[in-house]
Amino acid sequence: MKALRRTLTTCATALLLGPLSLSAHAGEATPMADNPVVEARLIAISEELRCLVCQNESLAGSRAELAEDLRREVRKLIQDGKSDTEIKDYLVARYGDFVLYRPPVKPTTWLLWFGPFALLAGAVAGLVAYLRRRASRVQPAHLSAADKASAEALLADTPPRPKDPA
Amino acid sequence: MKRFLIPLGLFLVLVVFLAIGLNRDPHEVPSPLVGKPAPAFSLEKLAEPGKTFSPADMQGQVWLLNVWASWCVSCRAEHPLLVAFSRQGGLPIVGLNYKEVRGDGGIDAKKLSPADEASLTRQRAGAWLSQHGDPYTLSVLDMDGRVGIDYGVYGVPETYLIDKKGVIRFKQIGPITPDALEKKILPLARQLAAES
Amino acid sequence: MIPEIGSFALVLALLVALVQGSLPLIGAQRGIPAWIALARPASSMLFLLIAVAFGCLTASFINNDFSVVYVAQHSNSRLPLEYRISGVWGGHEGSLLLWVLMLSLWSLAVAAFSRSLPDDMVARVQGVLGLVAAGFLLFILLTSSPFERLLPGAEDGRDLNPLLQDPGLIFHPPMLYMGYVGFSVAFAFAIAALLSGRLDAAWARWSRPWTTAAWIFLTLGIGLGSIWAYYELGWGGWWFWDPVENASFLPWLVGTALIHSLAVTEKRGSFKNWTVLLAIGAFSLSLLGTFLVRSGVLSSVHAFASDPKRGIFILVFLAVVVGSSLTLFAWRAPKVSLGGAFALMSRETLLLINNVLLLSAAGAVLLGTLYPLVIDALNLGKLSVGPPYFNAVFTPLMVPLLFLMAVGPVARWKHTSLAEIARPLRWAFGIAVAAGVSIPFFYGGWSGSVALGMGLAIWIVGASVLQILARTRSGLPPRAFWGMHLAHMGVAVTVVGIVMVTQYESERDVRMAPGDTVKTGDYQIRFLGVEGISGPNYNAAKGNLELLKDGQLVMPLHPEKRKYLSSAMPMTEAFIDPGLTRDIYVSLGDPLEGGDGAWSVRVYYKPFVSWIWGGAVLMALGGLLAASDRRYRLKSTAARAGKLAAQGAAS
Repeated sequence: MKALRRTLTTCATALLLGPLSLSAHAGEATPMADNPVVEARLIAISEELRCLVCQNESLAGSRAELAEDLRREVRKLIQDGKSDTEIKDYLVARYGDFVLYRPPVKPTTWLLWFGPFALLAGAVAGLVAYLRRRASRVQPAHLSAADKASAEALLADTPPRPKDPA
Repeated sequence: MKRFLIPLGLFLVLVVFLAIGLNRDPHEVPSPLVGKPAPAFSLEKLAEPGKTFSPADMQGQVWLLNVWASWCVSCRAEHPLLVAFSRQGGLPIVGLNYKEVRGDGGIDAKKLSPADEASLTRQRAGAWLSQHGDPYTLSVLDMDGRVGIDYGVYGVPETYLIDKKGVIRFKQIGPITPDALEKKILPLARQLAAES
Repeated sequence: MIPEIGSFALVLALLVALVQGSLPLIGAQRGIPAWIALARPASSMLFLLIAVAFGCLTASFINNDFSVVYVAQHSNSRLPLEYRISGVWGGHEGSLLLWVLMLSLWSLAVAAFSRSLPDDMVARVQGVLGLVAAGFLLFILLTSSPFERLLPGAEDGRDLNPLLQDPGLIFHPPMLYMGYVGFSVAFAFAIAALLSGRLDAAWARWSRPWTTAAWIFLTLGIGLGSIWAYYELGWGGWWFWDPVENASFLPWLVGTALIHSLAVTEKRGSFKNWTVLLAIGAFSLSLLGTFLVRSGVLSSVHAFASDPKRGIFILVFLAVVVGSSLTLFAWRAPKVSLGGAFALMSRETLLLINNVLLLSAAGAVLLGTLYPLVIDALNLGKLSVGPPYFNAVFTPLMVPLLFLMAVGPVARWKHTSLAEIARPLRWAFGIAVAAGVSIPFFYGGWSGSVALGMGLAIWIVGASVLQILARTRSGLPPRAFWGMHLAHMGVAVTVVGIVMVTQYESERDVRMAPGDTVKTGDYQIRFLGVEGISGPNYNAAKGNLELLKDGQLVMPLHPEKRKYLSSAMPMTEAFIDPGLTRDIYVSLGDPLEGGDGAWSVRVYYKPFVSWIWGGAVLMALGGLLAASDRRYRLKSTAARAGKLAAQGAAS
């Protein structure tokens, strides 16, 4: 009975799926883009560019019309053999630095690019200086004789416990 | 113990910047083309099919290039101002009709042949100008928006003030308001007209 | 009638908040027991009134009362019930009401769980919370009331933004706000300590569980936001360094530094001023985030519609709250004692380095977020600072932090040595290097970022496991120990997810006619067709696809392209097959020409992406374990409370 059911199921599945596999249209899906290599480069470049009419989206993901126009331009420039830098310069010449999501390194952005690392370096240096100064200022607590005696008494009383670093 | 005041000091600086920021528009993109020659192009005229126009044709004059389209709602706001201004005979205004067919969300331009798109563009643009008035010395058709990209257009309407040597001297983003016309465009235009 | 009750409740709440924010504080300062005692009942009253107001707004939504402007803007009669309820916080005014509800909830919690704290300390904490609540209530009443009427009422509402009609809206904002607002408790404790002059280890012990609790909520809130963006937006991105995302990440970074700094202050009585400054900082960043999101100053997909009047109010509020706190800090900090001594090589130092690294990272994120504003304000032009910048600057700052994360728990307090640290970690180091270097080759070839990322993650996990094994040999460690290691391992898990998905994800954008297949990872996806369906307030094209492995059906896939009746933009609902080691993510594009019923389909293979959020859950669980450690749950007797107060006064 079980074997019969299994056979029937297999036949049914084959019948249902068979036409799909025999169909003249069925096959490997073709990429939407005409040239996947160009397209991959387009995505890489447009992820670094800003969609100018969106709230805060990259040129790669936006569905806005201007974004589609600009992607078309960039695709054409890639096919013309332009380098990434040339393509970005092309857009910056027309729309300004605003179109770049990676701000160019120039005097007005030195603070932006080097600031965090300068901050880190400064903080580490400040930390070292502070620790040195602190070590000389803070006196380690001294145990008075009476305190030491009561501490020893307590330790003798309680069972041993592992030292707790947590 | 002055160093304990450092956090407060830094914070106050931040507040000042935030306060200034409240008066700025984070979406406005100023044009890097101001002070540079107007990009060259050769586009067909609206009124004369087959005849083209290029910015070089306007050498020796101070003029305005106004980007417009019939589907643009804000253009309707500035249009009466442009029409009145053109009647006063101030500056010649050249219209750049931008993506008349492709920019209209309701039309699927991919289904049209280039010839059909051209004639539909002329029809729609012409009809709109007839209805709302034509302030333009002439209008050219930028059907795919490529010239717009060369000019850094990212929205409609936008207007460029170009001097006698063909250099862009000012860009108005958005509709021209009476205020912008009085305070920014006209004084600069007069100054440019006085230049040789 | 109901909106008016809500409005009235808010006015009363403002009055109660003003009372809560004044009398207990003065009472604590002058020693007036009757005023100190007002703190607890005031906070109960505050919560009750705000809950009533919130209930009124919710009722208006559920009843489709379109004579209320806010309801008309964010709801619709065909909106399903769960989104009519969560739509309450779908817009600016309602989300502010949620904010202030959360604040009153935290205030109530402080009243309930602080029996072992001295009354004057509780009074001060409640007082500060009352003042903050008063500020927000004033903001709501003056500029952003959700109860404004529309007369005559609209026939139907404009509908909730389709992007928000999602379970994400039900969970993400409440969780996120619980975190944001929770840092106000840490802030209140810090201010209370400065006001009372009692800044000591006992104070740290009291405020630590509250801070950890807020941190847990914020961690989960950010994680939920990331998941929501991932499946909602249609292309599988999970973090965009958008200003609003950064606004939630900044308090998290500073909050993490605060938790670690509090550990030192609690254990050793050190870094008190620094910890207080961090507590002020974390909450200030919460307020700054509120400003950035609602003032229109920055461009963001998440920003609420802006109004200059609101921006000015929040800025003034921010300036007053933070300015006065920092002034109080500058005044009181010099008088605070230094605490215990420790060597250059010690856990204290390592935790200080932890703070330095976290704050440098926070500084980088803050700098990048605000830089366009600063440059524009200085008339130096317009800049954009996006993911390329943040990824380039943030990642290098994280590397040393991740490395030291394994070292910190091994180091002893007060004094340790390199040999002492290195001995238990040798094996973990060796395994991490070996694994890190070899893993990329399983995936096709050398990759420096994968080697580094995986190496660091295995280093952290390995070190934790070795530590746990060593410790459990001599008895059961306290919960805080487990919590710490679980949270650190959670970070490692998140790092694995981030590194693997960033390096090895793949996307295919293909044309599929019925019967066509496309390969992705080890799988195949077959396209069967698209059918039209309709939902409660939308019509959709529903794709029928199959996920196959070796020809066998794994599961059917149904991405949708929805057209909500209220909006012109089509919404892509991706379909995801989630898995432990990979997500398969499919979204429908557009129907194509050719007459064969073909559609453009996007298929993504995302290895280990769920580990990003799994790690966040582990971090939150770790925090929960740490916050519920025995020492915070000790029942107090009067004697104990007295002893604590005496200790506090002595140091």
